[in-house]
Amino acid sequence: MNNTPQSENVLEIRDLFIAYEPGRYAVKDVSAHVRRNSITAIMGPSGCGKSTLLRAMNRMHELYPNIETKGDILLDGQSIFSMSVIELRRKVGMVFQRPNPFPNMTIYENVVAGFSLNDIRLKKSQRDDIVENALRNVALWDEVKESLYRKGTFLSGGQQQRLCVARAIAFNPEVLLLDEPTSALDPIATSKIEDLLGELKKKYTLVLVTHNMSQAARISDDSMFMYLGELVESGHTNTLFTTPKDPRTEAYLTGKFG
Amino acid sequence: MHPELTDNIARRNRTNGRFRYLVIAGSVITVVPIFLIVGNLAIKGYRQINLAFFTKPAPDTFQAMMAAASGEIIPGGIANGLTGSLLMVLLASFIAIPLGLMTGIFVYENGTRRYARFIRSLTEILQGVPSIILGIIAYLWVVKNITRGYSALAGSVSLAIMMLPLIIRSTEETMRMIPIAIREAAFALGTPYYKMIYKILIPVSFSGLATGVLLALSRILGETAPLMLTALGSPAVSFDVTRPVSAVPLLIWDFYNDPNMVSLVWSASLFLMFFVLSMNLLARSVASKHKYI
Repeated sequence: MNNTPQSENVLEIRDLFIAYEPGRYAVKDVSAHVRRNSITAIMGPSGCGKSTLLRAMNRMHELYPNIETKGDILLDGQSIFSMSVIELRRKVGMVFQRPNPFPNMTIYENVVAGFSLNDIRLKKSQRDDIVENALRNVALWDEVKESLYRKGTFLSGGQQQRLCVARAIAFNPEVLLLDEPTSALDPIATSKIEDLLGELKKKYTLVLVTHNMSQAARISDDSMFMYLGELVESGHTNTLFTTPKDPRTEAYLTGKFG
Repeated sequence: MHPELTDNIARRNRTNGRFRYLVIAGSVITVVPIFLIVGNLAIKGYRQINLAFFTKPAPDTFQAMMAAASGEIIPGGIANGLTGSLLMVLLASFIAIPLGLMTGIFVYENGTRRYARFIRSLTEILQGVPSIILGIIAYLWVVKNITRGYSALAGSVSLAIMMLPLIIRSTEETMRMIPIAIREAAFALGTPYYKMIYKILIPVSFSGLATGVLLALSRILGETAPLMLTALGSPAVSFDVTRPVSAVPLLIWDFYNDPNMVSLVWSASLFLMFFVLSMNLLARSVASKHKYI
């Protein structure tokens, strides 16, 4: 990472519109920011555009054909749409809803997959360091150090998800995007991931999409509430949960819909 | 319970029972011929199978007649057919495997586009084209224009066309089973598209791809009709792709047409059958061993 003084905001979203089909916007006029070394939770009912917004942050939304994007997202002041996708995705890693380790790779290979898939050649000792560090950071090292050369898919769901986090942070990204990372996990695995996220924010900036309001309240510093593609309200989680300004936020938080 | 309902249950049970016997009978009727075929081939063919059977080319009629007259086993074997089959199958794989894999991946990646749909339906049609017609095509393309005579290359081309639809289909279907999440994981790491294909899609679906290829191979191993118009057959062992070669199924046809060599028909058939069978078993074991999805 560079040594120039960094502003508090890592990501700046400016007047962002995203449409999967012409005229049908999944994200409408969203402007927001994400603070460095914080956890920002994006909440909202199904289909409100929260995943689309998250995916736009490392341009994963472009995998859909015919997608239309207006507005801008700045990463450290630079527009992500002017960067190469490959460079962007190294700086902005992603963890998905379901654990998705590469089934053809061992645990070890999975952690360094980001390097091998980009033809970045490393010495064995460097790779070993990266693997150990990443796995320690996700509190998986002690559980898998004996079985690094077994397939990643042999782990439990929660372990697989932590492996996926390790794979994403092996690149040492600035931002880590998490798309409902615990929705496929049991409560124990979920609480482990939540603890992990609290640790990870010391080093990285996390953006988390969640369905689970109590999860957002537990672990996030800032929250955004989206409804029908619009960003209804954003701010400090405590403020948003205790004194929401918008009646729609209040209705959602009190369980009137969603 | 209503009395009519109990009647109903008894009747249902009877129908159930009858239907079960019908299904069992059907399956027995299907299985019996398979055992009969294998048994027949084994009984009639095992005598001829020895080392010479694999190392010597087919005998000429006179040798075979003398041996048959004195009640000995016929000298010679199927070496020319074996090498010819091997040569043509290798060459056909060389053509069809890369082409088929690439086409299959293309169709999978662009499944909804009109051009991909067009290719998919063409593939289905190609699968239904009688193999002798593929032989005629290869005859026109290769025998007439490239090798100017019957050749192993022509045979390989006709076999490759037969393999193509099988490989394309199995590639597309295997890749379809890979969860989207796996692709997304690769893209989220900044993986370029082509690398996602050859480092993720192909290895993950390796077992399915290999099974498809092996099944296509076992299919063309027994193919005779297109080879009659292309490779023609040759009494000698030859590795020249521009010259006619023999193949095991071609030899079976030759043996059948020579009254002195009938016992070789059984041996060659037995061998071919076992070879194809082991190919299928190999496909199965590969499929279970490298299964990731």
